[in-house]
Amino acid sequence: MIRRLTGFASIAFAVVVFACPALLGAVNVPPPEFEGDYVLPKTEVPGPRENLLEYVDVSVLVLALSLSVYFVYHKRCRKGVFLLMMVSLVYFGFYRKGCICSIGAIGNVSLSLFENGYVIPFLALLFFVLPLVFTLFFGRTFCGCVCPLGALQDLVLLRPMKVARPVESVLRLLAYVYLGAAVWFAATGSAFIICRYDPFIGFFRRSGSINMIVFGACFLLVGVFVGRPYCRFLCPYGVILRQLSRLSKRKVTITPDECVKCRLCEGSCPFGAIETPTAEWPGETYRVNKKLLGVLILLLPVIAAVGVWAGGFVSGSASRVDARVRLADRIFMEDAGTVEGTIDASLAFRASGAKVEDLYSDADAIKAKFKTGGFFFGGFVALVIGLKLILLSIRFKREDYIASRAGCLACGRCYSYCPREHVRLGNVASANGGGDL
Amino acid sequence: MKDNMSRRRFLRECCWGGALGAVGLAAGFAASKAAGKDFVWQIDPFKCISCGNCATYCVLEESAVKCVHKHAMCGYCKLCTGYYEPEPVALDTAAENQLCPTGAIGRKYVEHPYYKYSIDEKLCNGCAKCVKGCSAFGNGSLFLQVRHDRCLNCNECSIAVACPSVAFVRVGVDKPYLIKGQAH
Repeated sequence: MIRRLTGFASIAFAVVVFACPALLGAVNVPPPEFEGDYVLPKTEVPGPRENLLEYVDVSVLVLALSLSVYFVYHKRCRKGVFLLMMVSLVYFGFYRKGCICSIGAIGNVSLSLFENGYVIPFLALLFFVLPLVFTLFFGRTFCGCVCPLGALQDLVLLRPMKVARPVESVLRLLAYVYLGAAVWFAATGSAFIICRYDPFIGFFRRSGSINMIVFGACFLLVGVFVGRPYCRFLCPYGVILRQLSRLSKRKVTITPDECVKCRLCEGSCPFGAIETPTAEWPGETYRVNKKLLGVLILLLPVIAAVGVWAGGFVSGSASRVDARVRLADRIFMEDAGTVEGTIDASLAFRASGAKVEDLYSDADAIKAKFKTGGFFFGGFVALVIGLKLILLSIRFKREDYIASRAGCLACGRCYSYCPREHVRLGNVASANGGGDL
Repeated sequence: MKDNMSRRRFLRECCWGGALGAVGLAAGFAASKAAGKDFVWQIDPFKCISCGNCATYCVLEESAVKCVHKHAMCGYCKLCTGYYEPEPVALDTAAENQLCPTGAIGRKYVEHPYYKYSIDEKLCNGCAKCVKGCSAFGNGSLFLQVRHDRCLNCNECSIAVACPSVAFVRVGVDKPYLIKGQAH
């Protein structure tokens, strides 16, 4: 036996040294039958996290969202908001290691809406839906109090600077593009780019690739001066919440009762979400803008058409995000002789015995999906830009200092700047029984 | 003026209802094929080509993927091609003869002529060198699996993204392993 074995082994090693080893052989050496009292050890299979703990995650989310409403609307208390934010940061961030999060769940939801074969876990679905529903009732309290990514940025915001309105408006377009791309890539089943490029998850896991950590560190560094850069300029979930928050049943008010236009709150918001009273446009500006508005509304279909065309145009290169498309390209190039050698993926494909034609038809189907998605993506981005231009040429009349419905993250910073708030709290006496100060 | 305000309010209410409906509809549609159980990542050992990406692409510093040994499939060879370097100097446990870069495989005499090989998971880094050796000339009893006591179950597994043979699959949390000779 031992002779046979060593004989076999030497042949084996000759093959190792001189030839490329074949993958996945059948059973080469029959398992022995032991004469002694040797007991076969069992293969250990440590289980994953208990399913039950997911109910805990959902409960914590609901509790945190409810508490956020309590602190933002009933208590009007920044300290409470901050405390809740830190608890969320510790639980959803450092304890749950940032996954699953509502932002990343966009990927799961879009994949499950467009891909029949994908089954979405209830946890991801609930993390996606619950903050949306809360936002429809109470505004973006999720952003200000519960989201761990927001909490981390809020924590490092030490020297807030103002970002000029036009710059903010332009930068915010990035978030719409990001949302569009995230849905596009997830719906084609190619990639969850939100998860792939999450800047802070490396900190939550306390490990990660160097690119990820540097990217996240840059965000935090910028975040020292610019309030919550990811939330305002990139967060795709924030985009959805912004729009839903415009419709919310309740909204954050700086003053507990009435605005006395004292301007004290004007500089209090580090996120540029306080809207100041607007004066009437001078007649000349009004006329120019009216004309511009008309032109823009007429141009909107043209802008959208250009977007749709551009989306279709980039869909070819975008489809290379998909591994199957990349593999098909590679196999095609190898067969055509335009590239030298092989890569792991092409070797594995050839060893699997799958048909090249199937791969090509798969890749074509995925490319077709990308093309359709590209039209929607391009159209969406163009519409957003068009509507943004239209909104810029409309002036909404405002007489008070108010928290913007869409931009307010419900962090509660402005409350203490309002003198009416101090009257409410009894810190100062009202001049004449709750009237003017 | 009053009429105007109420019209605006009516529109707002309509939009609100529409938004709630849209969220509900999307959620309902997704929920119609949602699963109460969660999914976890696992390696299909029959698709794995032991390329070594598992050791480096995991978001954890020490990969969640480890080599496991299905002892019932093992040939208990004296010259194990998963344990020894090609052309070992001697069939002993000296480091220079071992294939495993971290010395995570233990070799113990059982009875003539059989040796038992066992993985020390604390040392294993999931590089799959032994897996390659074992599946080339042995029985393939050494193979990689995602260890769920370590895996963070990322929404998008970064090893799955890097896997050249699409061996990473989502499996139900109730059957989280694809052990050879059991699952198939």
